[in-house]
Amino acid sequence: MAPRLKKEKLESKPKSAKQKIAYEEAVPVSMESIGHPEIFPLVLTTKTQEIFNCRAGEDITEEHPNKLIKKEDIIQDFKNRAGISDFHPVKKIVMEYPGEELLVVYDKEFKYGQNFYLIGTEEAKESILNPPEEQVDTEEVKESVEEVYVYKPPIPKPWVSLGSEKEIEEESVHESTVRAKYKISRERRQFGAPIKFGDYNASSVKDSYIECTAYADKNFTVKQLEKDIAIQVIPILMDTYTQTQWKFPRNATTQYMPREFSKEERETLLQSKDLKDFLNSVSLSVEAALQQNEIMNVFIDDWKVLAEEEATFGDKTDSHLKEYQSFTDLHNIKDKTITCICWHPTIYGLIAVSIAERLSYEERVQFSGKLLLQPSLILFWSFSDPIHPQLMLQSPDDIFCFRFCPSNPNIIAGGCINGQVVLWDISAHSERIVHVKGSGSTSKKAVLKPIFLLEPDSNKDAPYVRHCAVSSIEYGHKKLVTDIHWLTDNFEVNRMGYAFENRSGICCQLVTCSIDCTIYFWDIRPTRPPPIPTDKKKEETVEVPHDVPSTFLHLDLSWRPHIRITLAKSGTTLDHCPVKLSLRNESLNYQVQDAQILQQKAQIAGEDPYHNLESGLAKILKPIEDYNTKFFVGTEDGEVIYTDWRMERDHDSGRLISQKPLNRYAVHDGSINTVQRSPFYQDIVLTIGGWNVAIWKEGVSQGPLLLSACSTKMYTSGHWSLTRPAVFFVGKEDGYIDIWDLLEKTHEPAHTQNICITSITYIRPWMFSSTKCIPLL
Amino acid sequence: MAEVEETLKRIQNHKGVIGTMVVNAEGIPIRTTLDNSTTVQYAGLLHQLTMKAKSTVRDIDPQNDLTFLRIRSKKHEVMVAPEVPLIPCNRKCSSPL
Repeated sequence: MAPRLKKEKLESKPKSAKQKIAYEEAVPVSMESIGHPEIFPLVLTTKTQEIFNCRAGEDITEEHPNKLIKKEDIIQDFKNRAGISDFHPVKKIVMEYPGEELLVVYDKEFKYGQNFYLIGTEEAKESILNPPEEQVDTEEVKESVEEVYVYKPPIPKPWVSLGSEKEIEEESVHESTVRAKYKISRERRQFGAPIKFGDYNASSVKDSYIECTAYADKNFTVKQLEKDIAIQVIPILMDTYTQTQWKFPRNATTQYMPREFSKEERETLLQSKDLKDFLNSVSLSVEAALQQNEIMNVFIDDWKVLAEEEATFGDKTDSHLKEYQSFTDLHNIKDKTITCICWHPTIYGLIAVSIAERLSYEERVQFSGKLLLQPSLILFWSFSDPIHPQLMLQSPDDIFCFRFCPSNPNIIAGGCINGQVVLWDISAHSERIVHVKGSGSTSKKAVLKPIFLLEPDSNKDAPYVRHCAVSSIEYGHKKLVTDIHWLTDNFEVNRMGYAFENRSGICCQLVTCSIDCTIYFWDIRPTRPPPIPTDKKKEETVEVPHDVPSTFLHLDLSWRPHIRITLAKSGTTLDHCPVKLSLRNESLNYQVQDAQILQQKAQIAGEDPYHNLESGLAKILKPIEDYNTKFFVGTEDGEVIYTDWRMERDHDSGRLISQKPLNRYAVHDGSINTVQRSPFYQDIVLTIGGWNVAIWKEGVSQGPLLLSACSTKMYTSGHWSLTRPAVFFVGKEDGYIDIWDLLEKTHEPAHTQNICITSITYIRPWMFSSTKCIPLL
Repeated sequence: MAEVEETLKRIQNHKGVIGTMVVNAEGIPIRTTLDNSTTVQYAGLLHQLTMKAKSTVRDIDPQNDLTFLRIRSKKHEVMVAPEVPLIPCNRKCSSPL
């Protein structure tokens, strides 16, 4: 037994010795395998922990897992406890450790396999003890860098050669040999000497030329052994198709039913809060949409509506001038020109036309004898009878302008070519012309009868009406009367030119202008009674035909104007020759209703006031304050003059002289043919003359409001439209009428139309109900 | 319940309104004033169209959503108001005048 025990002991001893040796020789296991060669996991028993004051949970915690243990202590421990020291496995490391203290880290999670690990190197120890600060530092640095980014322009760095210059050197071409230079010159004494050139064949002389023929030198043929080729890879494209074959046609049907909620489900849903919220949110927009539909008709087809608007607006056919009626008299009018047209103020469809010979002054003088035989006429035309004039008024000479009296349409005043002012009274024939239509209808029936039976019908003959009165030749105008106007019946003018209230209640004063540079005011009432015997001597007793009314007998041949205005040009002896006048408060159109007003006025005055002209003079003159006595005049030279008709008393001589013109504007290039106030605005005046049109405003003295560009043809006549404020008509010398609409275009006429071949001499529009009737000739 | 009724009644009583229908998210009608066959037809067709319109709007702009759909024909106008989840919308998609 004993030897067995001994053996065992012996065996055990060597085992333990082996074990010991094994222990001693055991290489400490490090964490090299996982990349941390300095970490050595350790097991530290509680006893060891107590010895080294690194008790888990008390001295060393998770927050402070590091513990520095002195090397000497560990060596002491080795001596004390030898094999059972926990540090035994790492004894070698400890012995070799350079520093004084070793770091033992508490590894609670057993990251490295044991509950503690020893750090084997000084550097690792340092890094573990000091890392956080570094990390913190780097983090802080990074943040600060990100916040403020300062732009630094790139700084050129010195060039670092990487071998590329060698390649460049190889590739560049240099001259390998030095080029030989030769200089050839002649002998000095031969410079400038005369040279003789001759021809001879080069091949005949030996050595006269050296040839260097080209040949292919084999040394220089290079066989290309390498080639750069680019290849692209594309997929192979293939088109195929296939068709399904319907081998077994089979009918198949499906029947379906819509999903529905049961009644209970519906009830629950209706009660649900979700539905309530949904409806609340949605009902607003639905109601807004419904309201929209109520406000606007959503079923309009916009395209169709658009087209309709286009069709009704600016229809071309509407703005055309259609010839309504043309009047020709077979007997009287031949090669004559129409000088003036007037509509009859009360009778619809009746116009009066004055005609004159188209002769110049010299020709008139030449043919004066012949002209005396032909009567100068104003013809009355009715729309129902275009061939026969209804009435013919006779005058001593060609009439250039005439007007119906606004208060009594049976009185007509006209201005002659010789300067006389003529008056007619057609009261006797008024029934005849009023009932023109009746005679027209009967004439239609009578057409069927042969012509010779018609002649004895006295109704057809237009009577010649002789004038009632002419102005005095001495005291009237010396030259052709260009314009005549009646003054309105609300004022009258006395010798000084001041305006007074009209005593008679009728139009009794006229104003005429003539190219003898004068404007005269006339009064048709008889002047103060006592005719001086000398005047009687001058008067010739003219045998008045018995069918002429005696209305104006007192004026005949003794009529003189009571105001004479001369238009003097300042600085020169020449005077302006007025051609047209425009006064304020003039009515351009006489409405049919005015007839009633006239009748009323006549009733108030008693009898026909024109037969009792003296009655008015008995009343006392009542002055009108602040009456505008200024008017526009257009002259033959194309100037527009704004002047006052009041007379001034000259201080030196005591005579009455006319005032100087207030404003003169020379805008037209030719004679002015129209000066007219707009029927809608009393202070807007249209002047047409020469080649352009101007619109003026009374009160604006800088110039015209609108001056049109010069047209290609001369304007010969013009008139405002009576119904549309911005429209006026202009007639040209080639027979065209331009209709200007200032609301549409101000630089050119809105519409042009050719009416006739000859020039248009007069335009006079008329308003009847809502349609427009324009006579133009 | 009364609130729901009242709202639906208000819409129905508007001038020119022929019928109203409330349909759930899957297109199953919940409440209607029209007859059954019409309701079912309208529900099925309009549901698909509304879904299509909604997906179209979403495809164009994923942050946009369909708020209202109006189909105007010669005879009538159909108005569909889908439930719109609350999305903050800018001025552009606010209700019309």
